[in-house]
Amino acid sequence: MNAADTAWMLVATAMVLLMTPALAFFYGGLVRAKNALNTMMMSLVSLGCVGMLWALLGYSLAFGPGTAVLGDLSRAFLGGVGLDLAPGTPPLTIPHLLFMAYQGTFAIITAALISGAVVERMRFLPYAAFISLWSLLVYAPVAHWVWGGGWLARLGALDFAGGTVVHITAASAAFVAASMVGARKDYARQAVLPHNVPFTLLGAGLLWFGWFGFNGGSALAANGSAVLAFTNTLLAPSATLVVWTALDLARSGRVTAVGGATGIVVGLVAITPAAGFVSPLSAMVIGAIAAVPSHFAILLRSRSRLDDSLDVVAAHGVGGVTGALLTGLFAQKAWGAPVDGLLFGNPRLFLIQTLAVLAAVGCSAVLTALLLKALSLVTALKAAPGEEGQGLDVNQHGEEAYTSGDGALLVLPEIVVDPPALQVRPEGGAR
Amino acid sequence: MKLIVAVIRPEVLPAVLEALYRLDVQGLTVGRVQGHGGERERVETYRGTTVKMELAEKVRLEIGVSNHFVEPTVRAILASARTGEVGDGKVFVVPLEKVYRIRTGEEDRAAVTPVGVDPHSEPAGA
Repeated sequence: MNAADTAWMLVATAMVLLMTPALAFFYGGLVRAKNALNTMMMSLVSLGCVGMLWALLGYSLAFGPGTAVLGDLSRAFLGGVGLDLAPGTPPLTIPHLLFMAYQGTFAIITAALISGAVVERMRFLPYAAFISLWSLLVYAPVAHWVWGGGWLARLGALDFAGGTVVHITAASAAFVAASMVGARKDYARQAVLPHNVPFTLLGAGLLWFGWFGFNGGSALAANGSAVLAFTNTLLAPSATLVVWTALDLARSGRVTAVGGATGIVVGLVAITPAAGFVSPLSAMVIGAIAAVPSHFAILLRSRSRLDDSLDVVAAHGVGGVTGALLTGLFAQKAWGAPVDGLLFGNPRLFLIQTLAVLAAVGCSAVLTALLLKALSLVTALKAAPGEEGQGLDVNQHGEEAYTSGDGALLVLPEIVVDPPALQVRPEGGAR
Repeated sequence: MKLIVAVIRPEVLPAVLEALYRLDVQGLTVGRVQGHGGERERVETYRGTTVKMELAEKVRLEIGVSNHFVEPTVRAILASARTGEVGDGKVFVVPLEKVYRIRTGEEDRAAVTPVGVDPHSEPAGA
């Protein structure tokens, strides 16, 4: 065991875990006040159910030896996952248990990302059931394909920190979920505005911080690869932010805060698959390019009937695909990639990257559709129009984000009083 | 002239405003209020503290209109604010003694007629 590697990975794990509450703030600020808690809970609940399922089953399905398509149950219930070194080629220098925990934080945030497409109308319990099963049926297999020695890994697809595994699978599921759950009743009829843009900026800032652990930690060691990924995580979103701001300026004459927050996330998504494989200047180019397709995807979505409420498809899907394909262009052996990309004389990598994107999109879309269809046979996925009007905070959780407390009557629990306890001597004290 | 006071659900406000604008009723005041009608109290729990929320969020509209606008305005509100559930709210029509437009000093019917509309016109679409 290497102490430096282990120390860095302990910190990186905590940083990636922070990204899920950060996502709660990012998404929570973008919805109406009456749905703020529900939206934030949609991220938070993933920390519970997906985190637990990961240790019990998901990790084994993703990282058990298994076949080219799926892991196995050899590591189920953390069987054989202890303080020995984690297996890998070459062998890792950190404990197996830490590797499992680190990967668990990825499964948690990936499932939570989907919620942005169904906020303000999907019922909470069907949602929680959906992401729990999704993390086993979709996330674990795709993680196995790319990182667990599955067929995409054998083919040579590059995904440093999860552009394909995390962002493309989540966005593909988000697209399907938004169409199958259906639009909010007010979508495209009324202006639905963010209720707290500062929350969104706070969330974007915390996401960026956590992403240093997401990309930097994906080196799985405190080494040069981690430093490169870390630095690229700084530079790519900077470039995206600049270009996004310029596009905002050109289109509306003003620089917007929600646009800035979105630009940061798009840049982070785009550099994720490339982080440890490209030069810092390539990272800036990737970040700058990535702003354009996502920016226009959002414009297109707002004119469509698809109520992908918080633009998961435009930010994570389009951004993720852009990043995965650009990895195929900019990867460089000189900067630690196993093979060169198209720009450095290896067009084959670009084709493999394209295939990986298509496989992830297709697998996630089909399995998500089947999963939601099955759930919809058991229970209603969507809240009734009246519940939507009232807001999901009150009718799903029995709480409000911003309550004045006026007119709240305390409901006292019925306390059974033991009669002798009431016999107070007038003089007090024992005689 | 009458003052129409309507207490409605917050979520129907956009629909009510749209219905009123269609009638050319543009001069109005909107306030967020809390109130209680016949609706069942909702129960909320905050870490072991259970409360009955007696007051619900409502929106109050105040609209000064000349007499021939009263009925179309009330009908528009009734149609656009109704969900059919208890808690849809009330419309009160109150006599209005005098109205002044501050900018011009115009009074009464001229004062409640939006700028650019003939004071003797009939309600649009009614």
